[in-house]
Amino acid sequence: MTNVTMTINGRSVSGTVEGRTLLSTFIRETAGATGTHVGCDTAQCGACTVHVNGASVKSCNMFAMEADGADVTTIEGMANADGSLGTIQQAFQDHHGLQCGFCTPGMVMTAAALLKENPTPTEGEVREYLSGNLCRCTGYHNIVKAIMAASGQDVSSIAAE
Amino acid sequence: MPADGGIGAPMKRREDVRFLTGTGRYTDDLNRPGQAYVYFLRSSVAHGKINSVNTEAAAAMPGVIRIFTGADFEGIGGLPCGWQVTDKHGQPMQEPGHPVLAQGKVRHVGDPIAAVVADTLDQARDAAEAIEADIEELPAVIDMKKALEDGAPKVHDDLTSNLCYDWGFVEENKGAVDEAFANAAHVTTLELKNQRLVANPMEPRVAIGDYDPAGDNSTLYTTSQNPHVIRLLMGAFVLGIPEHKLRVVAPDVGGGFGTKIFHYAEEAFCTFAAKQLRRPVKWTSSRSEAFMSDAHGRDHVTKIELALDADNNFTALRTETYANMGAYLSTFAPSVPTWLHGTLMAGNYKTPLIYVNVKAVFTNTVPVDAYRGAGRPEATFQLERLVDKAARELGVDPIALRRQNFITQFPYATPVAVEYDTGDYEATMAKLEEIADLSGFEARLEESKKKGKLRGLGVNCYIEACGIAPSHLVGQLGARAGLYESATVRVNATGGLVVMTGSHSHGQGHETAFPQVIAEMIGIDPSMVEIVHGDTANTPMGMGTYGSRSLAVGGSAMVRATEKIINKAKKIAAHLLEASEGDIELKDGAFSVAGTDKSVAWGDVTLAAYVPHNYPLEDIEPGLEETAFYDPNNFTYPSGAYACEVEVDPETGKVTIESFAAADDFGNIVNPMIVSGQVHGGIAQGIGQALLEGCVYDEDGQLLTGSYMDYAMPRADDVPYYAVDHSCQTPCTHNPLGVKGCGEAGAIGSPPAVVNAVVDALQRAGKTEVTHIDMPLSPSRVWAAMNQ
Repeated sequence: MTNVTMTINGRSVSGTVEGRTLLSTFIRETAGATGTHVGCDTAQCGACTVHVNGASVKSCNMFAMEADGADVTTIEGMANADGSLGTIQQAFQDHHGLQCGFCTPGMVMTAAALLKENPTPTEGEVREYLSGNLCRCTGYHNIVKAIMAASGQDVSSIAAE
Repeated sequence: MPADGGIGAPMKRREDVRFLTGTGRYTDDLNRPGQAYVYFLRSSVAHGKINSVNTEAAAAMPGVIRIFTGADFEGIGGLPCGWQVTDKHGQPMQEPGHPVLAQGKVRHVGDPIAAVVADTLDQARDAAEAIEADIEELPAVIDMKKALEDGAPKVHDDLTSNLCYDWGFVEENKGAVDEAFANAAHVTTLELKNQRLVANPMEPRVAIGDYDPAGDNSTLYTTSQNPHVIRLLMGAFVLGIPEHKLRVVAPDVGGGFGTKIFHYAEEAFCTFAAKQLRRPVKWTSSRSEAFMSDAHGRDHVTKIELALDADNNFTALRTETYANMGAYLSTFAPSVPTWLHGTLMAGNYKTPLIYVNVKAVFTNTVPVDAYRGAGRPEATFQLERLVDKAARELGVDPIALRRQNFITQFPYATPVAVEYDTGDYEATMAKLEEIADLSGFEARLEESKKKGKLRGLGVNCYIEACGIAPSHLVGQLGARAGLYESATVRVNATGGLVVMTGSHSHGQGHETAFPQVIAEMIGIDPSMVEIVHGDTANTPMGMGTYGSRSLAVGGSAMVRATEKIINKAKKIAAHLLEASEGDIELKDGAFSVAGTDKSVAWGDVTLAAYVPHNYPLEDIEPGLEETAFYDPNNFTYPSGAYACEVEVDPETGKVTIESFAAADDFGNIVNPMIVSGQVHGGIAQGIGQALLEGCVYDEDGQLLTGSYMDYAMPRADDVPYYAVDHSCQTPCTHNPLGVKGCGEAGAIGSPPAVVNAVVDALQRAGKTEVTHIDMPLSPSRVWAAMNQ
C-alpha cells in the first residue's frame, strides 16, 4: 500500500492505494468525484476520460500511483467559476448532446481536449477525435453538432437537433 | 399556455445540468454504510456438471465474509418468467427452472457458480480465484437447428427436448395461406439471420442490497427500467418478501435499451445476502461480465416467403423462424418472437393472409430477451428485405411496389390479430422522398462512380406496436402482469406540482417532457412541475419504461390524474368565485367565470385546498392530490419510411453510410428535440446492427465477443448526420395525448434500409447474383459476396 497525493479540480486529495488501484477508482472512491464513470474495462468506451496535467487520459487505464503529484481535472471541474455551465457543457445542453448522461462526462472532457488542440475542427475531425468515446443513446449527431457549436462555428445548416 | 414550455416546444432538458456537471446519481455512485462487495465466480464453460465447489481455501482469505453457492439457494425460488406462450397444439411452453446461483449444472459461459462477499471488491475477486470448482464439461448446443436434432445434448435434463415452444399464428389460417401460395403468380423467398446483439447501455448493471433489521425492511438499489416490476418478481417469486417490506430504487440509470427490464440473479443475490449478513452488499458489473450476463437480443433465423398475384398485389405471407432463448427464460423472452413479432408481420401492407411459425429453442448461451424494438425489428427486417427482393425479381420499382400494397383505410384489422387505429404511409413516403432528395440519387451515383465507389440506395417502411398494452389482451396472450401505468399528481399549497410516475427515465427526458404536458393543461410554467420516478417507496405501482410506452401509457395516466386535479380545483374555484362549477374555465393558470371578468389564480385555489378557511368542506375534502391508473385499450402504431445511401469500396468491401433519412409518424409530439434525439440514437443502433455488431459464440459455446475489443460498437466516425422528420402526424385515436411513442422506431426502421442499399449498390455494379448478405455487413462479408 502506498500513499499518493494529487490535485483534483484544485483540491489536494491524499489516499492509500494498492499498486493495482486505478486512477478512476481513486477519483470516484477516494476523492468522491463520481462524475467520472467507468463503462468498460478495456479502455474502449472513454466514459472515464479526465485530464491529467492537461492531457486527456482514460482514467481506467492509468494506475492511481502514476498520477501521484499530478493535477487532475474531471467533469466536476468544468463549470464556470460562478457555477454556470462552461461553454462545452452549455453547448451539449443547447443541442441535446446527451440523453442518459453516462458517457457525457467523458465526451465533455474529450471535446475540451480536442478544442484545445484544434479550436475550429471540421465535422470529420470531431468524429475522428471522438472515436475513443462510445455513446449508445444519441447516435452522435447532436454530440458532434454541440462540439462544432462550442467551437464557435455556425451549425445552423446542420439538421435540427 | 406558456409560449415556450407547453406541448410542442423544443425545451432544453433540465436533467442535463446534473449530468453535465457530474452530479447525477447513478447506482454505482451510491454507497451504504458498512457496505460489503460481492464478486461472482462464473462458468468458463458453456455446459457442465458441477461435481463440487470447494470454497474452504477461499473462505480463509483476507476480508472474506462469506461465500455462497447454489446450495445456499435450495428452497428459494428461481428467477421467474413473466410470459407464458401457448404452442400451436394448445400446450404451454416448456419452462425450466432458473436458480439464482447454478445448481447441478452450468448452462452458459457466465452462469454464476459462487458468490464471494468480502470487505473490498479486490478481496472478493482474489478469493474467487481460490475457489476450486470441479466442473465436468458436457457437450454444448449452440446452433438452434442442431439443438433440435434427435439425440442433441439437452440444456435442461428435466425437459423433453430443447424446444421451448412451436408457435403457429394464426394456426387456423395455415391452410388458406398454403393455398394462396399454390395459386400465386410469383413467390419470393428469402432466408436470413437477424444476428445476436448485446444491448450495451453505457452504464453496466449495478445492484446494492440493504437490510434494516429494525423494521425488517429490505431495499434494493438497482439499474432498472422498472423498479416496481423487480419488486414484484423478486419479492413474490424469488425471496418471499411482501411488497410492503421491500423497496426497490432505480435512481439515474445510464441507458437501458431493454436489457435493464429484466429481473436478474445479481439483484436477488444482493438483497438476499444483505439480510443474511446484516450488511449492505454491492455488486458492480464489469463490461466483460455484462457481455456474459446481460440478456442479449435478436438471434433469429428465418425463412420468409411472399406470394403475389399477376398484378403484383401481395396475396399471402409465410414465415418460419427459429428464435434463440439461450439457456434460461429471461423475464419476457417468450413474448418477443411471438406476440411482439408475429403480430407485426403485416407491416404497412394489406396482405390478406399471413402465417407465422416460430420455434423457440434452448441453447447453451446467455438468455435472449427484448432489445430496443424487441421482435419488431426482426419482423421489419424480414418483410422489408423480402419486398425489396420481390421488386427486383419482378423488375419493378421497390417504392412503387410498396405503395401499391400500402394499407390506406383506417382503422385496419390485420390478419395477425391487431388493429391499426390510424396512419398515413403515403405521407411519410412522400416526405422521405423530399428529405432524402431521392430524385437527386442518379447525380450522386455518378459522383460516386467518378471516385471509384459503388453507390446504392435502400428504402423501406416500418410499422410498430407501442404503448404496451391493454392488460386484458396481453393477459389472454400469456402475460403474467398487467401493463397499465400510474401517476400521482400532488399539488402543493403554493401551487407547485409533484408528479410521481411509474414510468422510468433512463435517457428519455421525462423530467422535461412530462412537465410540458402539465404546463399545457393548467397554463403554468413547466418549472412549477417536478417529476419523481424510480423509487417504489414514493411512486404508485407502475410497470416502467419499455416498448416506447412512457408517454403513451405513463403520460396518459398523468393526464388522467391531472384532469381529476383540475376538476376538483374547479369546484374550489367555483366556491371562491361564488359561481356555478359548470361556468368555470381554466386558462393561463387562472380560473374565471365564463362571460365575466371574475377570476381567481391557480395559486389561490391551491392555497385554499390546504388552508380551507373559505372552502366547501361539506362537498369536497381538503387537499389536492390525485392518482390515476391508465390501461390502454389498444397498442399505438408509429410508422414511417427510411432511406439510406451507401458507398461500397469495390476493393475492400467496406461500406460507408453517405446519408440516412427518416420520416416518422409518431402522432402528436410533446418535445420535438427529444423526439429527434430518440430517432438519432435508434438509427445508430440500427446501423450498428447492419454494419458492425454481432455477438459470436464458437461451436463449444465460448463467447468470442466478450468485450469492446471484439464487439464492434458504432462510433462517431461510423455514422453521418441524420435527416429526420416527424411532421407527418396522424394522432393516436385512443389515448388522451394522441401520442404514439418514438423510442424504438429508429432501431426498427434502419437495418433494412442499410442492407437494401448495399445490395442495391452491388446489383448496380452487375453483381446480380447478390440478393442478400447477412448482417453485420462487414467488409469481409461484402467483399466475399462481390467475389463469390
